[in-house]
Amino acid sequence: MSNTKDPKASTSALNAPSETTVINLYAAAEKIYPRSTFGFFTKWRWVMIWLTQIVFYGIPWIEWGSRQALLFDLEAKRFYIFNLVLYPQDLIYLTAILIISALSLFLFTAIAGRLWCGYTCPQTVYTEIFLWIEAKIEGDRAARMKLDGMGMSGKKLVKKGTKHFVWIAFALWTGFTFVGYFTPIRELSTSVMNMSLGPWETFWIGFYGFATYGNAGFMREQVCKYMCPYARFQSAMFDDDTLIVTYDEARGEPRGSRSRKADLTNQNLGSCIDCSMCVQVCPTGIDIRKGLQYECIGCGACADVCDTVMDKMGYARGLVKYSTQTAMTNGWSHAQMLKRILRPRVMIYATVLVLLVVTLLTSLWLRSPFKVDVIRDRGVMARLAEGGMLENVYRLQIMNATESTQHYQLNATGLDQLVIQSDVLDINHTVAVNPAESRGVPVRLQIPDGSMKSGSHTVTFEIKATESDDVVTEKSIFLVPR
Amino acid sequence: MSDFTSSFWPIFITVISLAGVFGCALLLWVTSKIKASSPNGDNTNGHVWDENLREMNNPLPRWWVWMFIITIVFSLFYFLAYPALGGYTGKLGWSQVGQYEQEMAAANAKVAPIYAKFAAMPIEELATNKEAQAIGERLFMNNCALCHGSDAHGSKGFPNLTDNDWIHGGSAEKINETITHGRIGMMPPMAAAVGNEEDVKNVANYVLSLSSSKHDTARAALGKEKFAACAACHGADGTGNQAVGALNLTDNIWLHGAGEEAIIKRINLGVTNQMPAQSAKFSPEQIHVLTAYVWSLSNNASQQ
Repeated sequence: MSNTKDPKASTSALNAPSETTVINLYAAAEKIYPRSTFGFFTKWRWVMIWLTQIVFYGIPWIEWGSRQALLFDLEAKRFYIFNLVLYPQDLIYLTAILIISALSLFLFTAIAGRLWCGYTCPQTVYTEIFLWIEAKIEGDRAARMKLDGMGMSGKKLVKKGTKHFVWIAFALWTGFTFVGYFTPIRELSTSVMNMSLGPWETFWIGFYGFATYGNAGFMREQVCKYMCPYARFQSAMFDDDTLIVTYDEARGEPRGSRSRKADLTNQNLGSCIDCSMCVQVCPTGIDIRKGLQYECIGCGACADVCDTVMDKMGYARGLVKYSTQTAMTNGWSHAQMLKRILRPRVMIYATVLVLLVVTLLTSLWLRSPFKVDVIRDRGVMARLAEGGMLENVYRLQIMNATESTQHYQLNATGLDQLVIQSDVLDINHTVAVNPAESRGVPVRLQIPDGSMKSGSHTVTFEIKATESDDVVTEKSIFLVPR
Repeated sequence: MSDFTSSFWPIFITVISLAGVFGCALLLWVTSKIKASSPNGDNTNGHVWDENLREMNNPLPRWWVWMFIITIVFSLFYFLAYPALGGYTGKLGWSQVGQYEQEMAAANAKVAPIYAKFAAMPIEELATNKEAQAIGERLFMNNCALCHGSDAHGSKGFPNLTDNDWIHGGSAEKINETITHGRIGMMPPMAAAVGNEEDVKNVANYVLSLSSSKHDTARAALGKEKFAACAACHGADGTGNQAVGALNLTDNIWLHGAGEEAIIKRINLGVTNQMPAQSAKFSPEQIHVLTAYVWSLSNNASQQ
């Protein structure tokens, strides 16, 4: 982008410091009117749009037992994911999911460039949906350009008004769905009907709705070009074998318009008829014939439209296509090119990714449905109790991560004649903890006074859920004073 | 009003803040244009590196510049509204303490209905109410357990709250009073009143004999007479006096340590023990719930 180095340095770098002009480093962004496309890649994009959006809009409505299947209760700090109840202590799973997402991005980008950007990124998905609405109301590229060029009229006002109304309605629904992940969506919809939304619910529906409206309706490619960090660092994952949207320059050039019946053998012309369709459909407004550019989100719209044109001309498809740099220079066949997908870089990404996914799933599978923190009382170091016993006090914070009342049996080992006592345990040394509740259980450990030498000794608590037979062990310290 | 230790710092902060903001504006203006030699008019900015590597001019979109300008304007209004410039307190009168008090008031208002329900219930009823007991337990864990222990069994110098041995009284009213206003237990050094070193040792053995603890019978017999000095507070029979917070010496519960040596030390040095008042920390309704919890520790045998 722009650079503001000392101009003197640059003039000296130039051999001919002849004439100087003033360059403006800020400029108004030009509005882009992407033309609608039809074809293979467009179809896949719509498949992905439907898939991701059915999941996004649908999941909050699924019920699981007596609650919402997916609910992030921030106030109570409980995260319900189908049959899982996660505590803030389970943050490691979020970390794992983020690492897996990042590695997936690396993998897909190494194979076929900005697949994420072109097909599944919310920015692309919502822009595509908003463009579809826009095209339905205002018409395609040419009609929209004409409409924008016109002065204000009743007809224009109706068209623009309808478009913004539909956009805002859609955006608010999106905001509503988003909030529905954090506050039960059925209650939320009742609140909306009764106009009794809380201030924060209103704010977040409005904010998320506004972000959707602004980003998909107005900012569009500007987000990818100027704001998105992923867009820029993905180029670091490209190599010569990465599939990217490519213009076959050798075949296309020299470009030029011609009659459909013209015989190419007699004229000095390549396959490109210079119809500029590839530029018109581009959502970021670039000309793919100039080669790979940082703005390209890899959506394949130009490949789709060029194939249509080639069909009309009776030429072979694939003047603009997914190809790799090595395939283009070596003139490889499709099969030869695809074979290079199985290169070390991809294999390493894939192996690490599979390992991580397996680890995450195993860890979720083997996850104990409760957690225990042992907190040794700091105010009470050690004290003498009845019967000449020396006593240490602990608080066991037991977190029940199931949705039924659980009974936990406590036991402690590690010292001779160690006795566990508590006012809240029953005769079997068990304590009940309510569904998804965290309870602090005060526990005393006793040994006969004088049976151990002074200092700190390790003790091990063993907590067993009587319902599931799961066991958690936690270490702590038993202090014997001088 | 300002908390600065020297008059230099408010000025320093004001200058840094304003210079920072205007510096940003200046930077934005200075870098809006560059003079560049672009002989070809090919949208390069004239910078050349490594012989032929030229830099394209891809101008920053103007809306982004507007965001910078909005940020600058926003910060100026922010300086005006909040105490950002040295000792200036801001038009909104915001302060950390004010916000804390506001949030506390909001939180208290939120839990008020729960406590209002409990406030109307007598202690005995609260002690069997699961919800109230759970709240009481949490209040105890977060505020009282530090000294009295998570299990409320206390420690040396900190009374056990579960054993029905009350220093200042175990009725609901007395417990409430203790939590609200705190207590100071004071025993003066008694060595002079008791007599010489031998007398002190004899009295200590007499005290031990009251609870049938291990003692020297002969010394205890000698000490009985000298115990008169202690009887003023601890009573002639040594059962203590809750009105002045004098401990019961007959029940084999030793707040400040058991055995002859520990008792001699107390007679010689006396002791001052304090429980701080909690009235600033809790609302009366919270103390009511907490009282019920503490009361239940020694009165609810049916508790699990």
